[in-house]
Amino acid sequence: MTRRPKLPMTAARLTQTFERRTFLLGAVQGGVGLLLATRLGYLAVAENAKYRAASESNRVNLSLIPPRRGAVLDRNGVALASNRADFRVDLIPDRLVDADATLQTLKGLLDLPPDRVADIKDKIDNSRGFQPVEVASKLDWDKFAAISVRLPELPGVIPQRGNSRYYPSGAAVGHLVGYVGPASADDYVREHNPLLITPGFKIGKDGLEKAFEVRLRGVPGARRVEATASGRVVRELGTREDVPGQPMQLTIHAGLQEYAARRIGLESGSVVVMDCLTGDVLAMVSMPCYDPNSFSDGIGRIEWKMLSEDDHVPLRNKVLRGLYPPGSTVKPMVALSFLEAGLDPHAAVNCAGGLRVGNRVFHCWNHHGHGSTDMSKGIYQSCDVYFYHFAQQIGMDTIAKMMRRMGLGGEFPLPYPGQSYGTVPDPAWKMRKYHKEWAVYDTVNATIGQGYMLVNPLQQAVYASRLASGLNHMPRLVLDRHAQPPPSMGIAQDHLDLVHAAMNEVVNGRGTAGKARLPIPGVQMAGKTGTAQVVGLNLGNGKGGEWKRRDHGHFICFAPFDKPRYACAVVIEHGGGSGAAYPVARDVMTYLFDQTKAMAVLEDYERQWGGNLQQRMAAKYSAYAAKFGATAPRAPGDDAASDDDTGDTRDDEPATPETDAAPPAPEPDPGPTPSAAAATPAPVPSGAPGQ
Amino acid sequence: MMPRAYVPQALARQPWQVIIPLTMLTVFGGAVLYSAAGGRFQPWAAMHVIRFFGFLVMAMLLARVPRDWFKRVALPGYVILCGLLVLVELIGRIGGGSQRWLNLGFMTLQPSELMKPGIVLVLAWFYAMLPLNEVRGWRAIVPPLVILAIPAGLVMLQPDLGTALAISFGALVMMFIAGLPLWLFISGGIGASIAAPIMFFFVMHDYQRKRVLVFLDPESDPLGSGYHITQSKIAIGSGGFLGKGFGNGSQSHLDYLPEAHTDFVFATMAEEWGMLGGLFVLAVFTVVLSWGLNVAMRAPDRFSRLLATGMVTTIFFYVCINMMMVMGLAPVVGIPLPFLSHGGSSMMTNMICVGTIMAVDRWSRAAPRGLG
Repeated sequence: MTRRPKLPMTAARLTQTFERRTFLLGAVQGGVGLLLATRLGYLAVAENAKYRAASESNRVNLSLIPPRRGAVLDRNGVALASNRADFRVDLIPDRLVDADATLQTLKGLLDLPPDRVADIKDKIDNSRGFQPVEVASKLDWDKFAAISVRLPELPGVIPQRGNSRYYPSGAAVGHLVGYVGPASADDYVREHNPLLITPGFKIGKDGLEKAFEVRLRGVPGARRVEATASGRVVRELGTREDVPGQPMQLTIHAGLQEYAARRIGLESGSVVVMDCLTGDVLAMVSMPCYDPNSFSDGIGRIEWKMLSEDDHVPLRNKVLRGLYPPGSTVKPMVALSFLEAGLDPHAAVNCAGGLRVGNRVFHCWNHHGHGSTDMSKGIYQSCDVYFYHFAQQIGMDTIAKMMRRMGLGGEFPLPYPGQSYGTVPDPAWKMRKYHKEWAVYDTVNATIGQGYMLVNPLQQAVYASRLASGLNHMPRLVLDRHAQPPPSMGIAQDHLDLVHAAMNEVVNGRGTAGKARLPIPGVQMAGKTGTAQVVGLNLGNGKGGEWKRRDHGHFICFAPFDKPRYACAVVIEHGGGSGAAYPVARDVMTYLFDQTKAMAVLEDYERQWGGNLQQRMAAKYSAYAAKFGATAPRAPGDDAASDDDTGDTRDDEPATPETDAAPPAPEPDPGPTPSAAAATPAPVPSGAPGQ
Repeated sequence: MMPRAYVPQALARQPWQVIIPLTMLTVFGGAVLYSAAGGRFQPWAAMHVIRFFGFLVMAMLLARVPRDWFKRVALPGYVILCGLLVLVELIGRIGGGSQRWLNLGFMTLQPSELMKPGIVLVLAWFYAMLPLNEVRGWRAIVPPLVILAIPAGLVMLQPDLGTALAISFGALVMMFIAGLPLWLFISGGIGASIAAPIMFFFVMHDYQRKRVLVFLDPESDPLGSGYHITQSKIAIGSGGFLGKGFGNGSQSHLDYLPEAHTDFVFATMAEEWGMLGGLFVLAVFTVVLSWGLNVAMRAPDRFSRLLATGMVTTIFFYVCINMMMVMGLAPVVGIPLPFLSHGGSSMMTNMICVGTIMAVDRWSRAAPRGLG
């Protein structure tokens, strides 16, 4: 009928239309009602399980409790790294409403210095939002309570009780144990574990802490609470305790480690002490070093500036990543290779202060000459001419083979990535590397530990230890009381005895390190000095002048000489010669036999140096803080110190190989002059108060 | 049983078949609000029930108003409401920021709410007045569109999309049942489906556009605006058939459910009372709405027929959009659920609708069914 508009509209027709359309309306309404009822049934009955689970996960808030990290112990059970209960405050950038206002409030409540506030701002900017940022730890109860009370006006701020990592001997174990820090975004990508973004949880960032992360970490506990959407806890539902990580025991002797670190003093150097019979590493020190305690709280800008500007490179573990020409310390093993090759130890050469090789003259360190020199004198007087002469007869391949047997050029199964293994040159190596024929002068250079030769301090220690015991052991860091005794190296005992006797002469007789004698009655130490040139003599004499150009000082030793038990290697970078190295070795070895005597010597030195390790570092830090404050450039991430894993440390060739007729560095006992150490002040920023 | 003769006429005449279910629904709503407030009558539950009885008296009084008064008040009422909308807009402009209500001192009045029954009344009056043979001409189309456009535009300016849609829906249904040609609605529907994308891209505010997008895929933004829909579905879904029990709704008590006492009150209810509670609510609305349509069918003249149907439609629109929204079938628009949601303005609007239907019911009993 709607199609016939010509018909007059009547009230009846309109009513009819109304009724039909209203009926349609009612039908639509009924349909909607059915739809709603169906939908309700679908949600509440068919999908009930799904939504019930979702509602439970809303209601119950599972918060992880970071597990207590396993302790790192020394061989006697003394803690090198442990945990301390403390109060801490973190914040989660995503949950901040007004970051600046919150930081201002926190700054007031916690008395944060401006540089710390700047550090926190950097971290907020760099973080991925969900990663917690540490504001402060080791808080006292009053400050912690002050934060907790103000919590409602500080969204995103999380105060909690927790455990923080504590390294009792601080910087002394920095490179050995490493440090911990909050997980980075990369860590989280690698291991998508909610524990990693739990406030207060720290992951191993370097050293053993990183290598044994799985073992040390433990299993997190959990607290189930009923919480509102905004995070307010309504009630506790239950708590599961965490399972602490497993402790690990090292071969390290904590006292010795700390002593050696302190004894290095103001120098840049390494000390490695090993048990000759087992290969246990008793001390492994590279100084200066960062303090793992403050690194674990996050690396601050002032600390970073202080460490990165230090020319003593505190961020590098020199024991494993420092490469040095070993100098004359190679002579005992070169002598061993001569003996194995059948050289009569009494065969002598006349040293007139130099030897012509081809058309060049290679000098002995003693320009006056040593006169008639046999093997023993060649070692204890460190006569270069003796080695120049017989090395040419025996040949480099034999010498290089012995060097490798002693551990040079080797990488050891220690839990540290990126060990620099250095170079033991031989003709095949040179051809491979430089496509050049081996020359006689290469042999001459190598026999006095110069030229292409490069070693790291750990290799020096392994060498000293293998030389002392004749055992083919590997350095070990993780204590294993049931390990098999190491096999013999198969070197004839009379060869070893001869070399040992000559090395004993170095210290206790007519040798180059008379002042290295141990002050222990009945215990004699055998050793060998080494001085490695850093620059040619045309640039400096190696003894004084610019620090960077001074010679490296080496000393390897073992004691007692007739029944070797402990071996030690010391490297002092730019120490001006072996005279800087052997006093350190002497005192460290003394500590093993008589701690009181050794400590008395050390305390004397520390008075001259301006305090012990902690005091000196604290003084330097406050000088930097006073000078730069928050204006120091931002620190890189918390992984900073371990960054050179993949860096430039693998280059196993010297920057400028001294292949020319390198005149060997002087090797004498420096006489009554005190260790050059005391004369080298640590660099302080200009304008800061002197130390 | 009390003999019928002893019951006063005024009481016996009341449509108890709808007043009793409505009271039950409101008391039920009070219980839900009591639980939502954490087991307290304040601030919502007590006020909700008291308001209902207050407005029920108002509705009963409204039911006694003669038909002519309604007709007389239709146009002036509409003009006054439009004026109030302009006033609200002006105050909002001066005060800075949008405002939807006027503060009368003893209550806040939301003129856009009153406009929902207002537009129904004025259109019922208009079509009743329109000569019969004009129903298919432009005079039946253009003036109502203008009447609709003014308040709808003003409300959109606030901006309040939900109320604007409610007003428009009421007006369109009035035109439909007034007998306008069917092709208008068919071509209008086609036009709307073309206009919708244009509206979406050029007219809607960003937050409204976002709501539509999120409605299509709530999980895409579970912490943003999809949060409302997701949490509401979780509340309803986790209730199951019998619910979690009175006072045990975790979604509402732990603040996961937004607007748990107003727009999302149905979810609050369904979490604790389950599907059973939901079916009860649906049943009451079915009773009320079908009673309203019956009244409209029995109404004595064109004006009262259109008026009653329009009022039913207004209530229906509230119920339909709100429940579809909380169950994830419609985008989030701020429309409360009648008799359950806390809020004075919407309660008043709905009771005006009920009162008006009751009035029509009275007229049809007083006068024999005619064709006028």
